[in-house]
Amino acid sequence: MKWLTLFLSGLLFALGLGIAGMTQPQKIIDFLDISGNWDPSLIFVMGGAVSINMLLYRLTRRRPCPLYSGRFTTPRHRKINSRLLVGAAIFGSGWGLAGYCPGPALVSAASGTVPVLVFIIAMLAGMGLFRVTLANHEDDDIDGPSMDR
Amino acid sequence: MENFTPVASTIGGIMIGLAVAGLYFFNGRILGISNITAELIKGGPGDHRRWRLVFLSGLFCGGLLLMLWQPDAIRPSPVSLGTLALAGLLVGFGASLGRGCTSGHGICGISRLSLRSISATLTFMGTGILTVYFVRHIAGGLS
Repeated sequence: MKWLTLFLSGLLFALGLGIAGMTQPQKIIDFLDISGNWDPSLIFVMGGAVSINMLLYRLTRRRPCPLYSGRFTTPRHRKINSRLLVGAAIFGSGWGLAGYCPGPALVSAASGTVPVLVFIIAMLAGMGLFRVTLANHEDDDIDGPSMDR
Repeated sequence: MENFTPVASTIGGIMIGLAVAGLYFFNGRILGISNITAELIKGGPGDHRRWRLVFLSGLFCGGLLLMLWQPDAIRPSPVSLGTLALAGLLVGFGASLGRGCTSGHGICGISRLSLRSISATLTFMGTGILTVYFVRHIAGGLS
């Protein structure tokens, strides 16, 4: 069952992205184009996702642990530092250039078309480049114990 | 605003939120695609990789289902291969340095009211807007 829930959350996430229009890069670019032909759809995607998850997250945190795991894994980082902001700034510029972020790109890989595969290979290369240049010990512990609730 | 799809986007958003909440309820994990992908390709012990592989297999199968059922839902990016390669590098590197992307910071983090994630989301939306503005309105639609 544990593996089925993992598989199904990936499946549901992908279907949600597709129905929401997030696997249409032009829609993302049009959302970011506030001075042009603005498409506010992404606000509704985030509003729907955040509101339902905010409620269910709070209910889930009342449990001592997840159903199929011994503990909740929550990011332990608390500081707003330059790595966070510079990383997010770089991420946003790439997102605006092509209209892809990682989730929709990986879902779109199912189309088997060359352009999205080029994006994904470059994205993996970017992650690899980070590991050999700026990664430090802080980046290793994403499975560390949860500290915030 | 002729391409505005508030109803479909809200329904899709709720499905995304349910997937995020489900992963947390059943497995205690934050649904952040960039971290899941980066940790999978980094290697490490089998357990470390296995749940990520199963999750991403579900994600990919979701893409296949969309191709069968709603082929119009998956559309190509309007930009050139060179721009896609540059964008991919920036997205991969930036998400690793900033420890999250649209899903991890934008959805999970904001739902947890994490100030880090709210700052990251405002930052990447800001540079995304600036990038599109520059490309479309200053560089004259460079693709």
